[in-house]
Amino acid sequence: MSGLMIEKLSMRFDLPNGSHVQALKDVSLDLAEGELMSVLGPSGCGKTTLLNIVAGFLAPTSGEIQLNGHDVTGPDAERGMVFQQGALFEWMSVRENVSFGPRMKGQGEKEYGAEVDHLLDIVGLQDFKEKAIYELSGGMQQRVALARCLANDPDVILMDEPLGALDALTREKMQSLVLKLWKETGKTIILITHSVEEALLLGERLLVMAPRPGRIHREYRLPFADLGVGQDLREVKKHPEFAERREEILGMIWDMEEEIMGRSEDEK
Amino acid sequence: MIIFLIYIAIFVGSFFLVRLIVDQTAKGYSARKTVTFGDESAVTSNRTASVVSILTIFLLWGAFTGSSLLPRFLHAPGPFEGVATMTYTAEADDGSRDEATITVLVHPVGEDAEVPEVDPGDGWAKNDAYTIGAWRSGLMRVDRNDEKGRDQGHQVVAVNGEPIVPGGEVLTEFGRVGMSQKGTLNFEPAKGWQMEPIWLPPPEAVVQRLGEIASDGYRDSTLWEHLGYSLFRVVVGFVAGALVGIPLGYAMGLSAWFRGWFDPIVEFMRPVPPLALIPLVIIWAGIGETGKIILLFLAALWIMAIAARSGVSGVNITKVHAAYSLGASKWQIMRHVIVPNSLPEIFTGARVAMGVCWGTVVAAELVAAEQGAGMMIMVASKFQLTDIVLMGIILIGVIGFGIDMLMRKAERVLVPWKGRS
Ligand SMILES: Nc1ncnc2c1ncn2[C@@H]1O[C@H](COP(=O)(O)OP(=O)(O)OP(=O)(O)O)[C@@H](O)[C@H]1O
Ligand SMILES: [Mg+2]
Repeated sequence: MSGLMIEKLSMRFDLPNGSHVQALKDVSLDLAEGELMSVLGPSGCGKTTLLNIVAGFLAPTSGEIQLNGHDVTGPDAERGMVFQQGALFEWMSVRENVSFGPRMKGQGEKEYGAEVDHLLDIVGLQDFKEKAIYELSGGMQQRVALARCLANDPDVILMDEPLGALDALTREKMQSLVLKLWKETGKTIILITHSVEEALLLGERLLVMAPRPGRIHREYRLPFADLGVGQDLREVKKHPEFAERREEILGMIWDMEEEIMGRSEDEK
Repeated sequence: MIIFLIYIAIFVGSFFLVRLIVDQTAKGYSARKTVTFGDESAVTSNRTASVVSILTIFLLWGAFTGSSLLPRFLHAPGPFEGVATMTYTAEADDGSRDEATITVLVHPVGEDAEVPEVDPGDGWAKNDAYTIGAWRSGLMRVDRNDEKGRDQGHQVVAVNGEPIVPGGEVLTEFGRVGMSQKGTLNFEPAKGWQMEPIWLPPPEAVVQRLGEIASDGYRDSTLWEHLGYSLFRVVVGFVAGALVGIPLGYAMGLSAWFRGWFDPIVEFMRPVPPLALIPLVIIWAGIGETGKIILLFLAALWIMAIAARSGVSGVNITKVHAAYSLGASKWQIMRHVIVPNSLPEIFTGARVAMGVCWGTVVAAELVAAEQGAGMMIMVASKFQLTDIVLMGIILIGVIGFGIDMLMRKAERVLVPWKGRS
């Protein structure tokens, strides 16, 4: 059985003051190999919690999670992470960062060298490979993070707002890059974002989550990711269905936000 | 007080002077800033001010010690030296008065001086001659050679024509003449504004002493041995402290049990100044090398443990998560993430620890030692050898500064990412 299988996953945080937060409730999800799924939802709906459970950093209070037929019990090289920022190792050069995974497996330069250089080429950092991390711009740093994750050849790539800290132009270029990498490598990818447009562009499947308790609100299957590969993303955005979907989902999230506001006012 | 006022005057004066001479307008980006007051980055240390500041210290030092390095006109008024003359008027029982002169040779302290020959003169009061060292004072028993002595009611009633009574004084151009309750004159040549060498020797005397001690040594050890011993103790104590403290700090940062166990000890020992441990260490280990190295070990230990602990606590959890997701084992995370991530903190701690150790070693040597920079100045101070004391202090300062510069340099080379993430 290949792919990611999540079954009735629930997560409850017990707070020190005795109360608790139901961050996730009965989340079920199947992801086939090579699928690209974006996750959208208002702040606090449990997106990061879900990703951390898949990554193996958190153990769910109940439910099951399997990758390729075996249980997920902790972090592993089969599930790569790309964080929003601050996850690169400043004490290593760009190339040392990218080759970190293979090196930890005990591979030598001979084994990983060609692949690492190839990845540096793809993300356009060949000229910067000996530079220190703090000498790079934010966009370049995220490209290093992507390359580092890919160099390790994981089965699933988990991204938590990977482009969230970038400016609009850089972000658009990075979106194209993510699509390109997805197509070239055929990896299974889960990408969390706060941008509805990004979720539409970078999701074969799009998951909209709702808060309190965190749960899956709706799921879409979208054509835009396939359209966007090797294309100008602005062309994709001109697609009539794109605008329609965007308005629909924006409205949905607005409604949820309003409901939260209303509820917290009721609680007062 | 005067010195302080002169210092302020030079501070203010050079500010305006330098502004007149040197073009101070900021260059580059700062030149375009309109708001500089309150913008910390627009305040850079003014090099000219630093140079003038150091020159001022040496200038004042030289001026108030009569340094031969300075031209004479820059000297503060020195003590009177040379031949002072004055007259006294004596009165005897019979009411007769007579006048005679006193000649005083005021000579530099440490030089032998011959009492000047004077003609006794006529009248029953005879002329006198004395020698007095500069900055000193001396009694002038003018009645001794007079024909009418104390037995005939000899009494000095005036100096330089100005009346004087027991307990009173007369100021002459050469200094102060006082009269004791018993009627004896004493003379205190004018001291001027300069410091006496036993309080503050001039710079060249310190330099000369440095040369002497560098070639002949002091107290059976050469200068390099003294300084070498101090440095050796610091380095051994610091290295031992770091070798124990850093692993201890890591353990405290990584294990709840270690942290619980050592927290009370570290938190208690941290505020105890190492100097307060000197007596205990002397009781336990004596005044030899062992005692000093134990003391420095303790001084460095807590600082390094705390630095390593906060270095570990400061590691960004996303880096650790990222490393796990890339397949690193615990040991690899320790080696490739936690240790390098804590290096900046450890370097900061090491700089502090080196400073504390250097201060502590000098203090410990002041208390008891056979060799060392602290011992050198302590022994010298017992013999009032102020030049050696000053030389020692300057060397201690220079070495301490040098250590810090070296540490900073090492920091820049070894942890270039410090403060840049
Ligand atoms: N360690 C924790 N302890 C207690 N509560 C937590 C913890 N982590 C998350 N939560 C709670 O779980 C809920 C979901 O948090 P989560 O971070 O998953 O949201 P999110 O959807 O990622 O939000 P955002 O879009 O702002 O990143 C929130 O209400 C949060 O307060
Ligand atoms: Mg006489």
